[in-house]
Formats: sequence, structure tokens, C-alpha cells
Amino acid sequence: MADIANKIKRMFPDAVVSADTVLGEQHVVVNKAGILEFMRRLRDDESLLFNFMMDLTAVDYLGKKPADARFEVVYNLYSLRHNHRIRVKVPVSLADPTIDSVTQVWKAADWFEREVWDLYGIVFNGHPNLKRILLYEEFVGHPLRKDYPLKKRQPLVGPEN
Amino acid sequence: MGVEMEEKNLEAALGDSVILTTIDAIIGWGRKYSFFTYPFITACCGMEFMSVAGPRYDIDRFGAALPRFSPRQADILLVVGTISHKQAPILIKVYNQMAEPKWVFAYGACVCSGGMYDNYSTVQGIDTILPVDIYVPGCPPRPEIVFDGLIKLQELVANERSSKWPRGAAAYTPRVKR
Repeated sequence: MADIANKIKRMFPDAVVSADTVLGEQHVVVNKAGILEFMRRLRDDESLLFNFMMDLTAVDYLGKKPADARFEVVYNLYSLRHNHRIRVKVPVSLADPTIDSVTQVWKAADWFEREVWDLYGIVFNGHPNLKRILLYEEFVGHPLRKDYPLKKRQPLVGPEN
Repeated sequence: MGVEMEEKNLEAALGDSVILTTIDAIIGWGRKYSFFTYPFITACCGMEFMSVAGPRYDIDRFGAALPRFSPRQADILLVVGTISHKQAPILIKVYNQMAEPKWVFAYGACVCSGGMYDNYSTVQGIDTILPVDIYVPGCPPRPEIVFDGLIKLQELVANERSSKWPRGAAAYTPRVKR
């Protein structure tokens, strides 16, 4: 398996914070600033060609990481041409829970970003239709944040149970 | 006593040509083997429902074979699978579209109580939003227990007073809070 993570780190020394392989899966940690251009180059560079965005999700590290890196937006990318994969992790702070949308790079990101907004409350700048996708519009808060009260209920009809 | 004697004499006088019964009994008897179900299927219990409806277990043996895919033609609302808060107003709308008399069959643990989904998204038992007539727990319930529930529902329907119907609207009217 080629060391894609370190190759990306050499290609983008300013953007990439670290590169590592965990349990045989490679990832890079990337700065939030300039993420859109970074992703576009991952897709278009001839030696990388990550043309398939397989998954986009987020993690809440409440109590495990400081508030300025509380969230992590995670992109799982795959290249159909080269048959290689990379996981891109982007720390996002609680004070500014925003990140540029990658819907311009991969259209598939549309619904994934809406899901992350719905459940984690991370805003994707430049998203064409950033509204809740799984929960209802009347829902208040973002339930996959670790500080969302476990027993809080917001039914549309009927008693709170 | 006088009336009873008269009825007995009447029945004896009429012989085998006439059977006397009550309106409630004959309506209940007619209804209990003629269930038309509306399967509101949302989750994995639906797989087990297919087994219930299929030839091996064969719900047709109990007179409830034909699912009606319009609530207006159904008299049992089979709620099969987890109901989320987002779906709850839809379920009530379906229930309100059914013509009376109508009964609600809670199929599976999630529908009875929320099951293992004690979380922000799941209705903790549809009896919080609808009048449920029969609860069949299980995750998913085996076909045998579904038939046990169906036969109990038949007993319930057979013994109902016809004055119970019409009952009116659902327990809760769809209304968005906040």
C-alpha cells in the first residue's frame, strides 16, 4: 500500500498538520482554512484523483479535546482510478462551528453536510440548501452533540415521553 | 322470568327455521373474521410481517389476509416498526382517514414502548398518540404471537357493544408545538 498520507503531506505542507496510519488506514489532519481548495486539488491532481467522496461525517470530542478543536469533520475519499483511499480530518472549534462546504467539489456531499448540520450543528458555508435532513424543522438543538441532554424529548404531537 | 319464558317458547315454536341472537353478537361475529388491515410498516418488523402474511404462517387462516393500501378501506391499523417523532403526525393522519369501526394493532417492541430506542427521535409507545387495542411485543415478534394477538383482537371485537361506534377522532389531533 502506497503511503498516500505522507505523499499528501509533502504536497501540501501548509495545509496538512499531520499524517498517520492507524490500523492500516491512512489519514491526514488538515487546517480548516483553505479546505475547499485543498479538496479540489485532492480530486483533480493526476497522481491522487480522489474522485469519489464515500462519506462525510463528524465527531464530537467533548471532554477529550479542548474547545478550540472540539469537533472534527471527517471525509472518507476514494480514487476509482488509483484504487487508494484517504481519510481527511478537519478540527472545528466550538466558538466558530463553521467550515466551507465541499458540494462544489463533490455533489454527493450535499446530503452528508445537511446531516452533519442537523445532528452536530456545524455550519457549511456555501452549501446550496443547508436545512435539517433527518429531524423536523421544529427540533431545537443538535442531538449528537455530547452535551445534548440524554433524556430531552421534543415530540411533535403527544406528551413528552 | 316471564320474558325469558316467552323467548324460549318462541324459539321452540319457530323450530330450526330461525335462530335468535342479539344485534351485538351477530355484528361482532361478522366483523371478527373480516379484518382488512392497513400495514403501516417502517422497520425490521416488516420482514416478520411478510412471514405472517405469507403462505407458511398464512394470516388468511384467520380472515385477515388482504392488506388495503388505502386507510379508507381498512379497519385495522397494523403499526409495524419504530415510529419516530417525525412520523407521528403522519400516523395520526392515517388513523383519522380510516372509516370506523377501526382498531389499532401495536406490532413489536418499538411500537408498544419505544423498544430499545429510548432516545430523542423515537415515540415511546404509540399509545401516547393513538388508542391501541392490542399489544404484541417482541423484537420482532414471532408469527405465532402475532396470531395469538390477532385471535385476542377477534375476541375483543366479537364481544364489543355496537354502541361503541362511532368513536370520533384520534386521541390527539396533529398539531405542531412551539
